[in-house]
Amino acid sequence: MNNFASLISISIGAVFINNFILSKFLGLCPFFGVSKKLSSATGMGLAVIFVMAIASSFTWIINKFVLIQFDVTYLQTIVFILVIAALVQLVEMALQKYSPSLYEALGIYLPLITTNCAVLGVALINTGVNTFSGKPYSFFESLLNGVMSGVGFMLALLLMAGLREKLELSDIPKTLEGLPISFITAGLMALAFLGFAGLNFFPPIGG
Amino acid sequence: MDILIPIFIVGSVGAFFGIGLGIASKKLFVHIDPRIPKILEILPNANCGACGYPGCSGFAKAVAEGKASPNSCIPGGAKCAHTIADLLGVTTSTEEPQMAVVHCKGGKKEAVERAIYNGIQDCNAATIIGNGSKVCQNGCLGLGTCLRACPFNAIRINGNGVAEVDFEKCTGCGKCVRSCPRNIISMIPRVHKIFLACSNRERGAKVKKYCSVGCTACTLCVKATPSGAINMENNLPVLDYTKDENFITAAHKCPSDCFTDLVKIRSKANIDTKCDGCGLCVTVCPVTGVIAGEKGLRHVIDKERCIGCGICLNICPPHAISLWGTGSIPKQARMLD
Repeated sequence: MNNFASLISISIGAVFINNFILSKFLGLCPFFGVSKKLSSATGMGLAVIFVMAIASSFTWIINKFVLIQFDVTYLQTIVFILVIAALVQLVEMALQKYSPSLYEALGIYLPLITTNCAVLGVALINTGVNTFSGKPYSFFESLLNGVMSGVGFMLALLLMAGLREKLELSDIPKTLEGLPISFITAGLMALAFLGFAGLNFFPPIGG
Repeated sequence: MDILIPIFIVGSVGAFFGIGLGIASKKLFVHIDPRIPKILEILPNANCGACGYPGCSGFAKAVAEGKASPNSCIPGGAKCAHTIADLLGVTTSTEEPQMAVVHCKGGKKEAVERAIYNGIQDCNAATIIGNGSKVCQNGCLGLGTCLRACPFNAIRINGNGVAEVDFEKCTGCGKCVRSCPRNIISMIPRVHKIFLACSNRERGAKVKKYCSVGCTACTLCVKATPSGAINMENNLPVLDYTKDENFITAAHKCPSDCFTDLVKIRSKANIDTKCDGCGLCVTVCPVTGVIAGEKGLRHVIDKERCIGCGICLNICPPHAISLWGTGSIPKQARMLD
Protein backbone atom coordinates (compact mmCIF):
# COMPACT_ATOMS: atom_id res chain seq x y z
CA MET A 1 0.00 0.00 0.00
CA ASN A 2 1.32 3.35 -1.00
CA ASN A 3 1.33 5.00 2.38
CA PHE A 4 2.44 8.45 1.35
CA ALA A 5 -0.14 8.64 -1.42
CA SER A 6 -2.93 7.68 0.95
CA LEU A 7 -1.90 10.42 3.38
CA ILE A 8 -2.03 13.02 0.63
CA SER A 9 -5.36 11.63 -0.51
CA ILE A 10 -6.73 11.96 2.99
CA SER A 11 -5.42 15.51 3.34
CA ILE A 12 -6.79 16.80 0.06
CA GLY A 13 -9.98 14.86 0.56
CA ALA A 14 -10.56 16.40 3.98
CA VAL A 15 -9.69 19.96 3.00
CA PHE A 16 -11.29 20.25 -0.44
CA ILE A 17 -13.31 17.30 -1.68
CA ASN A 18 -15.15 16.47 1.52
CA ASN A 19 -14.94 19.92 3.06
CA PHE A 20 -16.96 19.77 6.26
CA ILE A 21 -18.93 22.92 5.68
CA LEU A 22 -19.22 23.21 1.93
CA SER A 23 -19.64 19.54 0.99
CA LYS A 24 -20.87 17.77 4.11
CA PHE A 25 -22.85 20.73 5.50
CA LEU A 26 -21.75 20.04 9.05
CA GLY A 27 -20.97 22.79 11.55
CA LEU A 28 -23.03 25.44 9.78
CA CYS A 29 -23.93 27.17 13.04
CA PRO A 30 -20.42 28.43 13.85
CA PHE A 31 -19.88 28.96 10.13
CA PHE A 32 -22.54 31.68 10.06
CA GLY A 33 -22.13 32.80 13.64
CA VAL A 34 -18.40 33.50 13.70
CA SER A 35 -17.74 34.54 10.10
CA LYS A 36 -18.46 38.23 10.49
CA LYS A 37 -14.90 39.23 11.22
CA LEU A 38 -11.68 37.80 9.85
CA SER A 39 -9.96 37.97 13.24
CA SER A 40 -12.58 35.98 15.13
CA ALA A 41 -12.84 33.53 12.22
CA THR A 42 -9.12 32.85 12.57
CA GLY A 43 -9.49 32.17 16.29
CA MET A 44 -12.45 29.91 15.72
CA GLY A 45 -10.67 28.06 12.90
CA LEU A 46 -7.60 27.38 15.05
CA ALA A 47 -9.81 26.20 17.91
CA VAL A 48 -11.62 23.81 15.57
CA ILE A 49 -8.35 22.35 14.24
CA PHE A 50 -7.16 21.88 17.79
CA VAL A 51 -10.34 20.24 19.05
CA MET A 52 -10.69 18.05 15.98
CA ALA A 53 -7.12 16.78 16.35
CA ILE A 54 -7.66 15.92 20.01
CA ALA A 55 -11.10 14.47 19.39
CA SER A 56 -9.95 12.23 16.52
CA SER A 57 -7.00 10.80 18.41
CA PHE A 58 -8.85 10.13 21.67
CA THR A 59 -12.01 8.78 20.12
CA TRP A 60 -9.86 6.46 17.99
CA ILE A 61 -8.25 5.06 21.14
CA ILE A 62 -11.59 4.70 22.93
CA ASN A 63 -13.13 3.07 19.89
CA LYS A 64 -10.30 0.62 19.37
CA PHE A 65 -9.64 -0.42 22.95
CA VAL A 66 -13.05 -0.10 24.57
CA LEU A 67 -15.92 -0.12 22.13
CA ILE A 68 -14.59 -2.73 19.70
CA GLN A 69 -13.26 -4.92 22.52
CA PHE A 70 -16.69 -5.15 24.11
CA ASP A 71 -18.49 -5.18 20.76
CA VAL A 72 -20.61 -2.12 21.58
CA THR A 73 -19.73 0.15 18.64
CA TYR A 74 -23.39 1.23 18.53
CA LEU A 75 -22.58 3.36 21.59
CA GLN A 76 -20.21 5.49 19.51
CA THR A 77 -22.34 8.64 19.40
CA ILE A 78 -22.97 8.94 23.13
CA VAL A 79 -19.50 7.86 24.20
CA PHE A 80 -17.78 10.14 21.70
CA ILE A 81 -19.79 13.15 22.79
CA LEU A 82 -18.92 12.36 26.40
CA VAL A 83 -15.23 11.98 25.59
CA ILE A 84 -15.04 15.11 23.43
CA ALA A 85 -16.89 17.28 25.94
CA ALA A 86 -14.72 16.10 28.83
CA LEU A 87 -11.53 16.56 26.84
CA VAL A 88 -12.36 20.05 25.70
CA GLN A 89 -13.18 20.95 29.27
CA LEU A 90 -9.85 19.55 30.38
CA VAL A 91 -7.96 21.38 27.66
CA GLU A 92 -9.74 24.60 28.54
CA MET A 93 -8.66 24.27 32.16
CA ALA A 94 -5.10 23.44 31.21
CA LEU A 95 -4.96 26.40 28.84
CA GLN A 96 -6.27 28.74 31.50
CA LYS A 97 -3.61 27.55 33.89
CA TYR A 98 -0.56 27.32 31.67
CA SER A 99 -1.19 29.60 28.73
CA PRO A 100 -3.51 32.48 29.59
CA SER A 101 -2.75 34.27 26.34
CA LEU A 102 -3.81 31.31 24.23
CA TYR A 103 -6.84 30.92 26.49
CA GLU A 104 -7.77 34.53 25.80
CA ALA A 105 -7.54 33.86 22.07
CA LEU A 106 -9.38 30.53 21.93
CA GLY A 107 -11.24 30.55 25.24
CA ILE A 108 -14.60 31.83 24.02
CA TYR A 109 -14.66 29.46 21.06
CA LEU A 110 -13.71 26.24 22.83
CA PRO A 111 -17.02 25.63 24.66
CA LEU A 112 -18.87 26.59 21.47
CA ILE A 113 -17.48 23.67 19.51
CA THR A 114 -17.50 21.07 22.27
CA THR A 115 -20.67 19.43 21.09
CA ASN A 116 -20.52 20.63 17.53
CA CYS A 117 -21.70 18.21 14.88
CA ALA A 118 -18.54 18.74 12.82
CA VAL A 119 -16.36 17.55 15.68
CA LEU A 120 -18.54 14.51 16.31
CA GLY A 121 -18.67 14.00 12.55
CA VAL A 122 -14.92 13.73 12.19
CA ALA A 123 -14.77 11.17 14.98
CA LEU A 124 -17.49 9.04 13.41
CA ILE A 125 -15.93 9.27 9.93
CA ASN A 126 -12.56 8.18 11.33
CA THR A 127 -13.97 5.05 12.85
CA GLY A 128 -16.32 4.24 10.01
CA VAL A 129 -15.47 2.52 6.74
CA ASN A 130 -13.68 5.03 4.54
CA THR A 131 -13.47 5.38 0.79
CA PHE A 132 -9.73 5.06 0.36
CA SER A 133 -8.91 1.69 1.84
CA GLY A 134 -12.27 0.21 2.70
CA LYS A 135 -11.10 -0.05 6.30
CA PRO A 136 -11.31 2.26 9.29
CA TYR A 137 -8.41 4.72 9.51
CA SER A 138 -5.28 3.89 11.46
CA PHE A 139 -4.42 6.09 14.42
CA PHE A 140 -2.13 8.34 12.43
CA GLU A 141 -4.59 8.58 9.54
CA SER A 142 -7.33 9.54 12.00
CA LEU A 143 -5.19 12.27 13.48
CA LEU A 144 -4.33 13.55 10.02
CA ASN A 145 -7.96 13.46 8.93
CA GLY A 146 -8.91 15.37 12.09
CA VAL A 147 -6.33 18.10 11.54
CA MET A 148 -7.06 18.38 7.83
CA SER A 149 -10.83 18.51 8.37
CA GLY A 150 -10.15 21.34 10.78
CA VAL A 151 -8.01 23.06 8.15
CA GLY A 152 -10.87 22.65 5.66
CA PHE A 153 -13.27 24.14 8.19
CA MET A 154 -10.92 27.06 8.78
CA LEU A 155 -10.48 27.58 5.03
CA ALA A 156 -14.22 27.82 4.47
CA LEU A 157 -14.62 30.05 7.52
CA LEU A 158 -11.85 32.42 6.42
CA LEU A 159 -13.16 32.62 2.85
CA MET A 160 -16.62 33.40 4.16
CA ALA A 161 -15.36 35.97 6.65
CA GLY A 162 -13.37 37.73 3.93
CA LEU A 163 -16.42 37.82 1.69
CA ARG A 164 -18.69 39.04 4.46
CA GLU A 165 -16.32 41.85 5.39
CA LYS A 166 -16.52 42.99 1.77
CA LEU A 167 -20.29 42.51 1.70
CA GLU A 168 -20.64 44.86 4.67
CA LEU A 169 -19.45 47.70 2.47
CA SER A 170 -21.31 46.85 -0.70
CA ASP A 171 -24.72 47.98 -1.82
CA ILE A 172 -27.07 45.10 -1.04
CA PRO A 173 -30.86 45.16 -1.51
CA LYS A 174 -32.46 45.87 1.84
CA THR A 175 -34.25 42.52 2.02
CA LEU A 176 -31.01 40.58 1.56
CA GLU A 177 -28.85 42.44 4.07
CA GLY A 178 -27.09 40.35 6.70
CA LEU A 179 -27.83 36.65 6.94
CA PRO A 180 -29.82 36.17 3.69
CA ILE A 181 -26.97 37.31 1.44
CA SER A 182 -24.61 35.15 3.51
CA PHE A 183 -26.78 32.10 2.84
CA ILE A 184 -26.71 32.82 -0.89
CA THR A 185 -22.94 33.34 -0.77
CA ALA A 186 -22.48 30.08 1.10
CA GLY A 187 -24.62 28.27 -1.47
CA LEU A 188 -22.50 29.61 -4.32
CA MET A 189 -19.34 28.65 -2.46
CA ALA A 190 -20.69 25.14 -1.96
CA LEU A 191 -21.39 24.91 -5.69
CA ALA A 192 -17.84 26.01 -6.41
CA PHE A 193 -16.44 23.44 -4.01
CA LEU A 194 -18.42 20.78 -5.84
CA GLY A 195 -15.80 21.19 -8.56
CA PHE A 196 -13.24 19.56 -6.28
CA ALA A 197 -15.20 16.30 -6.47
CA GLY A 198 -13.43 15.65 -9.77
CA LEU A 199 -10.05 16.01 -8.08
CA ASN A 200 -9.34 12.30 -7.89
CA PHE A 201 -5.71 11.97 -8.89
CA PHE A 202 -4.88 9.14 -6.52
CA PRO A 203 -6.86 6.03 -7.36
CA PRO A 204 -8.64 4.47 -4.38
CA ILE A 205 -6.34 2.04 -2.64
CA GLY A 206 -7.44 -1.55 -2.35
CA GLY A 207 -10.81 -0.89 -3.74
CA MET B 1 -27.76 -9.47 30.93
CA ASP B 2 -26.63 -7.94 27.64
CA ILE B 3 -27.87 -4.57 28.72
CA LEU B 4 -25.37 -4.50 31.58
CA ILE B 5 -22.37 -4.28 29.24
CA PRO B 6 -23.24 -0.92 27.64
CA ILE B 7 -24.37 0.40 31.03
CA PHE B 8 -21.05 -0.63 32.49
CA ILE B 9 -19.05 0.82 29.61
CA VAL B 10 -20.77 4.18 29.36
CA GLY B 11 -20.83 4.38 33.15
CA SER B 12 -17.15 3.64 33.53
CA VAL B 13 -16.11 5.97 30.70
CA GLY B 14 -18.25 8.69 32.30
CA ALA B 15 -16.82 7.97 35.73
CA PHE B 16 -13.27 7.95 34.38
CA PHE B 17 -13.64 11.35 32.76
CA GLY B 18 -15.70 12.71 35.63
CA ILE B 19 -13.08 11.81 38.19
CA GLY B 20 -10.37 13.01 35.80
CA LEU B 21 -12.06 16.37 35.43
CA GLY B 22 -12.60 16.56 39.18
CA ILE B 23 -8.92 16.02 39.86
CA ALA B 24 -7.95 18.37 37.06
CA SER B 25 -10.14 21.16 38.37
CA LYS B 26 -8.31 20.91 41.72
CA LYS B 27 -4.86 20.67 40.16
CA LEU B 28 -5.43 23.27 37.50
CA PHE B 29 -7.33 25.66 39.72
CA VAL B 30 -6.78 29.24 38.65
CA HIS B 31 -7.61 31.97 41.08
CA ILE B 32 -10.10 34.27 39.48
CA ASP B 33 -11.61 37.29 41.10
CA PRO B 34 -14.78 35.97 42.83
CA ARG B 35 -16.51 39.22 41.95
CA ILE B 36 -16.31 38.52 38.21
CA PRO B 37 -18.94 35.74 38.14
CA LYS B 38 -21.12 37.84 40.46
CA ILE B 39 -20.92 40.82 38.12
CA LEU B 40 -21.61 38.51 35.20
CA GLU B 41 -24.79 37.40 36.92
CA ILE B 42 -26.01 40.99 37.24
CA LEU B 43 -25.27 41.87 33.61
CA PRO B 44 -27.93 41.21 30.96
CA ASN B 45 -25.62 38.63 29.31
CA ALA B 46 -26.74 39.74 25.88
CA ASN B 47 -23.07 39.83 24.76
CA CYS B 48 -23.93 42.80 22.57
CA GLY B 49 -20.52 44.45 22.80
CA ALA B 50 -21.95 47.95 23.24
CA CYS B 51 -19.54 48.48 26.13
CA GLY B 52 -16.53 48.00 23.87
CA TYR B 53 -15.41 44.75 25.48
CA PRO B 54 -15.66 41.25 23.98
CA GLY B 55 -18.93 40.10 25.51
CA CYS B 56 -20.27 40.39 29.03
CA SER B 57 -17.47 38.31 30.57
CA GLY B 58 -14.85 40.66 29.17
CA PHE B 59 -16.76 43.62 30.56
CA ALA B 60 -17.19 41.94 33.96
CA LYS B 61 -13.45 41.37 34.15
CA ALA B 62 -12.67 44.97 33.18
CA VAL B 63 -15.12 46.29 35.79
CA ALA B 64 -13.66 44.09 38.52
CA GLU B 65 -10.18 45.31 37.64
CA GLY B 66 -11.40 48.89 37.72
CA LYS B 67 -10.67 49.47 34.04
CA ALA B 68 -14.29 50.05 33.10
CA SER B 69 -17.02 51.98 34.81
CA PRO B 70 -20.10 49.97 35.89
CA ASN B 71 -22.37 52.33 33.97
CA SER B 72 -20.86 51.43 30.59
CA CYS B 73 -23.41 48.67 30.12
CA ILE B 74 -26.03 50.32 27.93
CA PRO B 75 -28.70 47.57 27.87
CA GLY B 76 -28.34 47.08 31.63
CA GLY B 77 -29.04 50.73 32.30
CA ALA B 78 -29.04 52.50 35.61
CA LYS B 79 -30.39 49.59 37.66
CA CYS B 80 -27.61 47.27 36.56
CA ALA B 81 -24.96 49.96 37.13
CA HIS B 82 -26.22 50.57 40.68
CA THR B 83 -26.21 46.89 41.58
CA ILE B 84 -22.66 46.43 40.33
CA ALA B 85 -21.48 49.60 42.04
CA ASP B 86 -22.99 48.37 45.32
CA LEU B 87 -21.24 45.02 44.89
CA LEU B 88 -17.87 46.64 44.28
CA GLY B 89 -18.39 49.36 46.88
CA VAL B 90 -17.83 52.16 44.40
CA THR B 91 -19.98 55.08 43.48
CA THR B 92 -21.14 55.46 39.95
CA SER B 93 -22.67 58.33 38.15
CA THR B 94 -25.66 56.65 36.65
CA GLU B 95 -26.23 58.37 33.44
CA GLU B 96 -29.76 58.54 32.28
CA PRO B 97 -30.39 56.78 28.99
CA GLN B 98 -29.70 59.25 26.25
CA MET B 99 -30.88 59.78 22.72
CA ALA B 100 -29.65 61.91 19.87
CA VAL B 101 -31.63 64.87 18.55
CA VAL B 102 -31.02 67.13 15.56
CA HIS B 103 -31.17 70.78 16.50
CA CYS B 104 -32.63 72.02 13.24
CA LYS B 105 -35.95 71.69 11.51
CA GLY B 106 -35.60 74.26 8.80
CA GLY B 107 -35.98 72.19 5.67
CA LYS B 108 -36.80 72.97 2.07
CA LYS B 109 -40.09 74.61 3.06
CA GLU B 110 -38.75 76.87 5.80
CA ALA B 111 -35.10 77.66 5.10
CA VAL B 112 -33.88 79.72 2.17
CA GLU B 113 -31.13 78.33 -0.05
CA ARG B 114 -28.47 80.64 -1.50
CA ALA B 115 -26.95 78.18 -3.96
CA ILE B 116 -27.59 74.87 -5.64
CA TYR B 117 -25.23 72.19 -4.44
CA ASN B 118 -24.49 69.47 -6.96
CA GLY B 119 -21.32 68.06 -5.46
CA ILE B 120 -20.66 64.89 -3.52
CA GLN B 121 -23.74 64.02 -1.50
CA ASP B 122 -22.04 64.33 1.87
CA CYS B 123 -22.30 67.03 4.53
CA ASN B 124 -18.52 67.23 5.03
CA ALA B 125 -17.95 67.82 1.33
CA ALA B 126 -20.70 70.46 1.21
CA THR B 127 -19.26 72.22 4.26
CA ILE B 128 -15.85 72.52 2.63
CA ILE B 129 -17.32 74.11 -0.49
CA GLY B 130 -18.65 77.48 0.64
CA ASN B 131 -20.12 76.10 3.86
CA GLY B 132 -23.19 74.49 2.35
CA SER B 133 -26.05 75.75 0.25
CA LYS B 134 -28.27 77.16 3.00
CA VAL B 135 -28.17 80.78 4.02
CA CYS B 136 -28.28 79.63 7.63
CA GLN B 137 -24.76 78.69 8.66
CA ASN B 138 -25.99 76.35 11.38
CA GLY B 139 -28.78 74.52 9.59
CA CYS B 140 -28.92 70.84 8.76
CA LEU B 141 -27.49 70.18 5.30
CA GLY B 142 -29.58 67.05 4.88
CA LEU B 143 -26.97 65.12 2.91
CA GLY B 144 -27.03 62.22 5.33
CA THR B 145 -23.55 62.02 6.87
CA CYS B 146 -25.16 61.22 10.22
CA LEU B 147 -27.47 58.69 8.58
CA ARG B 148 -24.47 56.75 7.31
CA ALA B 149 -22.71 57.03 10.68
CA CYS B 150 -25.68 55.52 12.54
CA PRO B 151 -25.17 51.80 13.13
CA PHE B 152 -28.82 51.28 14.08
CA ASN B 153 -30.62 52.84 11.11
CA ALA B 154 -32.21 55.30 13.51
CA ILE B 155 -31.70 58.41 11.38
CA ARG B 156 -33.48 59.34 8.20
CA ILE B 157 -33.61 62.43 6.02
CA ASN B 158 -37.27 63.40 6.08
CA GLY B 159 -39.24 64.67 3.09
CA ASN B 160 -38.34 68.19 4.08
CA GLY B 161 -34.60 67.55 3.69
CA VAL B 162 -33.67 67.55 7.37
CA ALA B 163 -32.15 64.70 9.37
CA GLU B 164 -34.51 63.16 11.89
CA VAL B 165 -33.73 60.69 14.68
CA ASP B 166 -36.16 57.87 15.38
CA PHE B 167 -35.94 57.92 19.16
CA GLU B 168 -37.30 54.41 19.47
CA LYS B 169 -34.40 53.01 17.47
CA CYS B 170 -31.74 55.35 18.88
CA THR B 171 -29.52 53.64 21.46
CA GLY B 172 -27.62 56.76 22.47
CA CYS B 173 -24.24 55.65 21.14
CA GLY B 174 -23.36 59.18 20.03
CA LYS B 175 -21.76 58.30 16.70
CA CYS B 176 -23.94 60.78 14.79
CA VAL B 177 -22.98 63.56 17.20
CA ARG B 178 -19.36 63.18 16.18
CA SER B 179 -20.14 62.78 12.50
CA CYS B 180 -22.05 66.04 12.02
CA PRO B 181 -19.75 68.73 10.55
CA ARG B 182 -22.10 71.44 11.81
CA ASN B 183 -22.27 70.12 15.37
CA ILE B 184 -26.03 70.35 15.49
CA ILE B 185 -26.72 66.88 16.88
CA SER B 186 -26.55 66.41 20.62
CA MET B 187 -27.62 63.91 23.25
CA ILE B 188 -30.54 64.56 25.57
CA PRO B 189 -32.01 62.34 28.32
CA ARG B 190 -34.54 59.94 26.85
CA VAL B 191 -37.28 60.89 29.32
CA HIS B 192 -37.34 64.37 27.88
CA LYS B 193 -39.06 64.44 24.55
CA ILE B 194 -38.81 68.20 23.97
CA PHE B 195 -35.77 69.91 22.52
CA LEU B 196 -34.86 73.11 20.72
CA ALA B 197 -34.76 72.39 17.00
CA CYS B 198 -32.58 75.32 16.01
CA SER B 199 -28.88 76.10 16.25
CA ASN B 200 -28.81 79.56 14.68
CA ARG B 201 -26.85 82.06 16.74
CA GLU B 202 -27.96 85.24 14.97
CA ARG B 203 -30.56 87.65 16.24
CA GLY B 204 -34.13 88.45 15.45
CA ALA B 205 -35.04 89.91 12.09
CA LYS B 206 -31.94 88.55 10.36
CA VAL B 207 -32.95 84.98 11.09
CA LYS B 208 -36.52 85.54 9.97
CA LYS B 209 -35.30 86.51 6.49
CA TYR B 210 -33.97 83.07 5.73
CA CYS B 211 -35.73 80.65 8.05
CA SER B 212 -39.31 80.69 9.25
CA VAL B 213 -38.62 78.28 12.10
CA GLY B 214 -35.36 79.89 13.23
CA CYS B 215 -34.81 81.05 16.80
CA THR B 216 -34.90 84.82 16.97
CA ALA B 217 -33.56 84.93 20.53
CA CYS B 218 -36.79 86.55 21.72
CA THR B 219 -36.34 84.93 25.18
CA LEU B 220 -40.06 84.20 25.51
CA CYS B 221 -39.22 80.58 26.39
CA VAL B 222 -36.93 81.77 29.18
CA LYS B 223 -39.77 83.86 30.60
CA ALA B 224 -42.18 80.95 30.32
CA THR B 225 -39.90 78.79 32.44
CA PRO B 226 -39.83 80.16 35.98
CA SER B 227 -37.76 77.20 37.18
CA GLY B 228 -34.74 78.76 35.45
CA ALA B 229 -34.07 75.67 33.36
CA ILE B 230 -33.62 77.73 30.18
CA ASN B 231 -30.81 80.23 29.84
CA MET B 232 -29.73 82.26 26.84
CA GLU B 233 -26.25 81.60 25.49
CA ASN B 234 -25.03 83.07 22.22
CA ASN B 235 -28.56 84.08 21.26
CA LEU B 236 -29.83 80.54 21.74
CA PRO B 237 -31.83 79.16 24.65
CA VAL B 238 -29.97 76.34 26.38
CA LEU B 239 -32.21 73.74 28.00
CA ASP B 240 -30.93 72.43 31.31
CA TYR B 241 -32.30 68.89 31.48
CA THR B 242 -31.02 68.35 35.01
CA LYS B 243 -33.57 70.79 36.37
CA ASP B 244 -37.05 69.72 37.35
CA GLU B 245 -38.77 71.00 34.25
CA ASN B 246 -40.69 69.52 31.35
CA PHE B 247 -40.34 72.46 28.90
CA ILE B 248 -43.90 72.01 27.64
CA THR B 249 -44.80 75.63 28.38
CA ALA B 250 -41.63 76.93 26.73
CA ALA B 251 -42.33 74.90 23.60
CA HIS B 252 -45.89 76.19 23.55
CA LYS B 253 -44.86 79.81 23.97
CA CYS B 254 -42.22 79.87 21.21
CA PRO B 255 -43.51 82.23 18.47
CA SER B 256 -41.32 80.67 15.79
CA ASP B 257 -42.21 77.08 16.71
CA CYS B 258 -38.55 76.23 17.18
CA PHE B 259 -39.13 73.43 19.65
CA THR B 260 -39.85 69.86 18.66
CA ASP B 261 -42.00 67.67 20.87
CA LEU B 262 -41.55 64.00 20.05
CA VAL B 263 -44.71 63.14 21.95
CA LYS B 264 -47.55 63.53 19.50
CA ILE B 265 -50.40 63.51 22.03
CA ARG B 266 -49.69 64.83 25.51
CA SER B 267 -51.80 63.90 28.50
CA LYS B 268 -54.45 66.45 29.37
CA ALA B 269 -55.30 67.88 32.77
CA ASN B 270 -58.63 66.99 34.29
CA ILE B 271 -60.40 68.57 37.26
CA ASP B 272 -62.40 66.15 39.39
CA THR B 273 -65.26 66.69 41.87
CA LYS B 274 -62.89 67.72 44.68
CA CYS B 275 -62.59 71.14 43.00
CA ASP B 276 -63.81 73.91 45.27
CA GLY B 277 -63.66 76.58 42.59
CA CYS B 278 -60.88 78.68 44.10
CA GLY B 279 -59.68 79.70 40.65
CA LEU B 280 -55.94 79.38 41.43
CA CYS B 281 -55.41 77.16 38.41
CA VAL B 282 -56.78 79.80 36.09
CA THR B 283 -54.10 82.24 37.25
CA VAL B 284 -51.17 79.86 36.71
CA CYS B 285 -52.28 78.27 33.44
CA PRO B 286 -49.95 79.38 30.62
CA VAL B 287 -52.67 79.08 27.99
CA THR B 288 -55.32 81.74 28.40
CA GLY B 289 -58.90 80.59 28.44
CA VAL B 290 -58.31 76.88 28.80
CA ILE B 291 -59.66 76.62 32.32
CA ALA B 292 -63.10 78.12 32.79
CA GLY B 293 -65.59 78.16 35.59
CA GLU B 294 -67.32 80.44 38.05
CA LYS B 295 -65.78 81.10 41.42
CA GLY B 296 -66.96 78.54 43.96
CA LEU B 297 -68.07 76.03 41.32
CA ARG B 298 -66.20 73.13 39.73
CA HIS B 299 -63.95 74.37 36.94
CA VAL B 300 -63.64 72.68 33.54
CA ILE B 301 -60.59 72.29 31.30
CA ASP B 302 -60.82 72.62 27.54
CA LYS B 303 -59.22 69.30 26.55
CA GLU B 304 -58.63 70.43 22.99
CA ARG B 305 -56.38 73.29 24.00
CA CYS B 306 -54.74 72.03 27.21
CA ILE B 307 -51.02 71.51 26.54
CA GLY B 308 -50.53 69.17 29.49
CA CYS B 309 -47.75 71.15 31.16
CA GLY B 310 -48.88 70.06 34.62
CA ILE B 311 -48.33 73.41 36.32
CA CYS B 312 -51.86 73.46 37.75
CA LEU B 313 -51.41 70.04 39.36
CA ASN B 314 -49.35 71.16 42.33
CA ILE B 315 -50.96 74.54 42.79
CA CYS B 316 -54.45 73.10 43.37
CA PRO B 317 -55.20 73.21 47.14
CA PRO B 318 -57.59 70.21 47.24
CA HIS B 319 -55.48 68.22 44.74
CA ALA B 320 -58.39 67.99 42.36
CA ILE B 321 -56.36 68.06 39.13
CA SER B 322 -54.65 65.08 37.54
CA LEU B 323 -53.27 64.32 34.12
CA TRP B 324 -55.24 61.92 31.97
CA GLY B 325 -54.02 60.21 28.89
CA THR B 326 -50.90 58.72 27.43
CA GLY B 327 -48.75 59.12 30.51
CA SER B 328 -45.84 60.21 28.39
CA ILE B 329 -44.77 63.09 30.57
CA PRO B 330 -41.45 62.72 32.41
CA LYS B 331 -41.87 61.40 35.92
CA GLN B 332 -40.38 64.42 37.63
CA ALA B 333 -42.81 66.62 35.75
CA ARG B 334 -45.86 64.64 36.80
CA MET B 335 -45.30 65.22 40.50
CA LEU B 336 -48.27 63.19 41.64
CA ASP B 337 -47.91 62.44 45.29
